Amino acid sequence: MITALLHYQFLQNTFLTGIMIGIIAPLIGSFIVVRRLSLIADALSHVTLSGIAVSLFLSSKLPVLSGLNPLYIGTGFSVLGSVLIERLRVVYRYYQDLAIPIIMSGGIGIGLIFISLAGGYNVDLMNYLFGSVSAVSRTDLWLILAISIAVAAVIILLYKELFLLSFDEEYAKVSGIPAKTIHLVFMVLIALVISAAMRIVGIMLVSALITLPVAASIRISRGFKQTILFSVLFGEISVMGGLVSAFYLDLPPGGTIVLISILILLMAIYIKRLRTGIRFSKKKV
Amino acid sequence: MNDYIVEVSGVSFRYDRRNVLEQIDLKIPRAAFLGIVGPNGSGKSTLLKLILGLLKPLEGEIRLFGTPINKFKDWSRIGFVSQKANSFNTGYPATVFEVVASGLTKKTGLFRFLGNEAKKEVLDAIRSVGMEGYVHQNIGELSGGQQQRVFIARAIASKPEILILDEPTVGVDQRHVQSFYEMLERLNKQLGITLILVTHDIGAISNRVTHVACLNKHLYFHGDREAFEKLDDKKLSSWYHHDIRLLSHEHG
Repeated sequence: MITALLHYQFLQNTFLTGIMIGIIAPLIGSFIVVRRLSLIADALSHVTLSGIAVSLFLSSKLPVLSGLNPLYIGTGFSVLGSVLIERLRVVYRYYQDLAIPIIMSGGIGIGLIFISLAGGYNVDLMNYLFGSVSAVSRTDLWLILAISIAVAAVIILLYKELFLLSFDEEYAKVSGIPAKTIHLVFMVLIALVISAAMRIVGIMLVSALITLPVAASIRISRGFKQTILFSVLFGEISVMGGLVSAFYLDLPPGGTIVLISILILLMAIYIKRLRTGIRFSKKKV
Repeated sequence: MNDYIVEVSGVSFRYDRRNVLEQIDLKIPRAAFLGIVGPNGSGKSTLLKLILGLLKPLEGEIRLFGTPINKFKDWSRIGFVSQKANSFNTGYPATVFEVVASGLTKKTGLFRFLGNEAKKEVLDAIRSVGMEGYVHQNIGELSGGQQQRVFIARAIASKPEILILDEPTVGVDQRHVQSFYEMLERLNKQLGITLILVTHDIGAISNRVTHVACLNKHLYFHGDREAFEKLDDKKLSSWYHHDIRLLSHEHG
């Protein structure tokens, strides 16, 4: 594996990208899960799919765009989707969760139409859907690096505000922080993370990498910073373990990464039960 | 220059077509402990939301520290505690320290981190509500009364001049309600924080507040505690629109 990593650029691209998304996906996921917005990641990943499909269609029909990286249009659609979700949440003030199925079904609908127009399912599209060990190009790597740095920097700089907004939205508004702007920035960050992570884990499973490590971490951590720390640790273990097993077993990494995440989640649930049991029996004594 | 921290003049508000508040005039002096009382649906919480700038009045004007509310920017001078015990996400993985530190978000400013001085202020706030033994405990593991103490610590961490509380004892174990009010009285007397407390339980606070406002769409009464105690039950009943008798709760 080490020899292959040293020799093949595509493997280097994949593992470097894996390290980055193993950090940023659970990082943003920590804020998404505690705000009970987990389904937003699903909706945006399907919007990204429509962007990828549009891009594949354009490159198949217009020779001048044949070299266009689908990640660009996918990222653009994802960001646009995040802004639209926000607009819909304002329009449907009393039914804010409606924004998610509207955007998700819209994303799938547009995606299906353009996939069909582009000539149906092919290997490239399957790689986008379920991830691939060999699909990350150097251009993808640079784009994902730029996204990762931007996402991590904004989260670190706005940590206080994002924490307050996720913990108590009403108090955040009363305290005078620009809650609406920060929420919009947060939504755009989610969109960027999704488009960065989909190359490795795939559109269908990207929300799993955002939520599962956090779901495991919440069971055993004390405090929000520790939740983020454990989430990133679990995310890295899942991505690295998933990529290595996908490489050796010739499987799509999306599936292996998610299975390892679920394994970690089950272990965290078991550890929590064990701890609670020990505490309970100590009290009884 | 007057020394009124909050001035509400001729304020009316309506949700859809239903009038909730009509022509409210209320002036709150510095260092007062004002209890706003009234039955459910009387517009108490709406009045607080108007004072906090979460709602805009249909007519009238609100001034905070002498500044019209639409021009007021210094929100760290105002602390707020809502009915958290009812709506709080108990599964949220945040420690007491993290929750209280979030009260300094606005004061610290965008793109800045909490320094050692701010961390000391957080611990001071936690100490002043008697929760120093729970600093690193997750908020969801505490009782309703303890959680409300933590929310008060968050509200006073930025050293506000005024603390606004909306039915803070909802969901709090009755055994702890009186010690909770004792703590509020101490914050008012020792730290000189102006308190505005909304409650439907007049008896629980009548011996602790310095001023009382009786609200039921209109402001029926606003004055000091002595004047309030002289009111007869008949008058109170007519404001509440049902029979009422004022009973002060026992406390040591």
